[in-house]
Amino acid sequence: MHDPILEISGLTKVYTGGTKALEDVDLTIRKGEIFALLGPNGAGKTTLIGAVCGLVRPTGGTIRAFGGDMAHDWRSARARIGLVPQELSTDMFEPVERAVAYSRGLFGQPHDKARIEEILRSLSLWDKRKAQIRELSGGMKRRVLIAKALAHEPELLFLDEPTAGVDVELRKDMWRLIAAMRERGVTIILTTHYIEEAEEMADRVGIINKGRILMVDEKAAMMARLGRTEARIALAQPLPQLPDAIARFPVELTADGMALVYRGGDGTGKGRAEVAGLTKALVAAGIDYCGIDIHDSSLEDIFVGLLGQQREAA
Amino acid sequence: MTAFNLRGTWAIFTRELMRAFRTAFQSILSPVLTTSLYFIVFGSAIGGRMPALGGVEYAAFIIPGLLMLTLLGETTSNASFGIYMPRFTGTIYELLSAPVGVAETLIGFVGAAAMKSLILAAIILFTASFFVDYHIAHPLLAVGFIVLVSASFSLFGFILGIWADSFEKLGIIPMLILMPLTFLGGTFYSIDMLPAPWDKIAMANPIVYLVNGLRWTFYGASDVSIGTSLGLTLGFLAICVAVIAFIFRTGWRLRE
Repeated sequence: MHDPILEISGLTKVYTGGTKALEDVDLTIRKGEIFALLGPNGAGKTTLIGAVCGLVRPTGGTIRAFGGDMAHDWRSARARIGLVPQELSTDMFEPVERAVAYSRGLFGQPHDKARIEEILRSLSLWDKRKAQIRELSGGMKRRVLIAKALAHEPELLFLDEPTAGVDVELRKDMWRLIAAMRERGVTIILTTHYIEEAEEMADRVGIINKGRILMVDEKAAMMARLGRTEARIALAQPLPQLPDAIARFPVELTADGMALVYRGGDGTGKGRAEVAGLTKALVAAGIDYCGIDIHDSSLEDIFVGLLGQQREAA
Repeated sequence: MTAFNLRGTWAIFTRELMRAFRTAFQSILSPVLTTSLYFIVFGSAIGGRMPALGGVEYAAFIIPGLLMLTLLGETTSNASFGIYMPRFTGTIYELLSAPVGVAETLIGFVGAAAMKSLILAAIILFTASFFVDYHIAHPLLAVGFIVLVSASFSLFGFILGIWADSFEKLGIIPMLILMPLTFLGGTFYSIDMLPAPWDKIAMANPIVYLVNGLRWTFYGASDVSIGTSLGLTLGFLAICVAVIAFIFRTGWRLRE
């Protein structure tokens, strides 16, 4: 589970014109994991994927895939890598089945009708196999791109914004599909704007901004380290000041004295336990309350917070 | 994965051929119709009043030139569209991320464009047989020369398709350079018929050597020697291969 399948070291990309898209990026992807790369627009996510897949020529650094240097062993490495691009880029006049068969051949695999049928069925495209791609809905077209990327049975799959522009139902469908691919042993690297997506599926999360990797960690560890619980307790009667009975908790009284705001915990449930203790202390001190609103910080809060810290540091 | 991705090459080649059949009217029927009109106008209507040139009936004399006119235009357009469209639509990502190198890409794209040209040449020659009686003196050499020209201009078209960043640029070279040069390259006349100094100036037109090279394989005589024609065509092929090798090595207009 912890064998590296992709090792990126010191990767830099400066576009003609001087735009620095990637700056000294180091990243290791483990075999069999789902890795989510998060970042705002223009952060360098697509450039990073492009550099690994051969669409972008790196300015510096090394990329090793499956143990080999991609600068030299690109042919064998690319045969084991699949890419689902962000844009719906495919020959729209081509029938679905032929488009998928073409991709399989392009990546050096022998024609295998049964395998193509299996892929099309798994993506609910079998009934549309004879249809020209232009006749399909946006969601179906995205499935065709996934089918094309899976056609040569890659061991490492890049999904660049796989659910951009698709409806909620289809997005959940995609998540199931990605989970199924992982079950088959495919290592998946996905970029996404929907942080909920990373929270739902990823084993590890990397945060990139302005071409630099800010943080890479296990999703659970990141949540534990940076997560917080926030609770707002509405009081039945206003308080003039914070009572001593609850002074040991990280809690503040609002300016109007009508609510207590708790901020604490670490994303592992500790915060919620403390809020329970706080409410017991309020009852014991005879302070009545009429409502509790409790909220654990999401990956999105962490993400926004990290980007904010970087802006302040700059 | 071996050093050469044969299946990848075959996939590109067959897909490009299928693309031509999908647009059969534009790719095949349109040039056949145009060529037939040339035969009707220049071969039958005007040709009947023209003297034989070098012992060859005028209608037969123009066959190699007309064939070259269509081949150069169609081959260049086919090859340039073949690579320009994936760039334009973004589907090139798949080719660039695939385990295919310069050899596979060229053999796939250029081979398909050259194959389409050969099919087109066969159809044009078949069409010509309805308008004029002709006999090919060196058929194997004629096929070889057509293959050589088709391959060279497929490579040229490939370069054009990578260079172009708009549909307008894609059409400029075939329409504004290749077609006029072919018309002025001895398609409808012998260079001997031009007055001085135009007969000398005409020799600076590279298409003269292509038209006359093919004419020699048909009738055993032409304005320039077959050796010169072959040499220049091979030289052009070598230049195109060198330019494409440079493009792939540097990623110019392909990889950012």
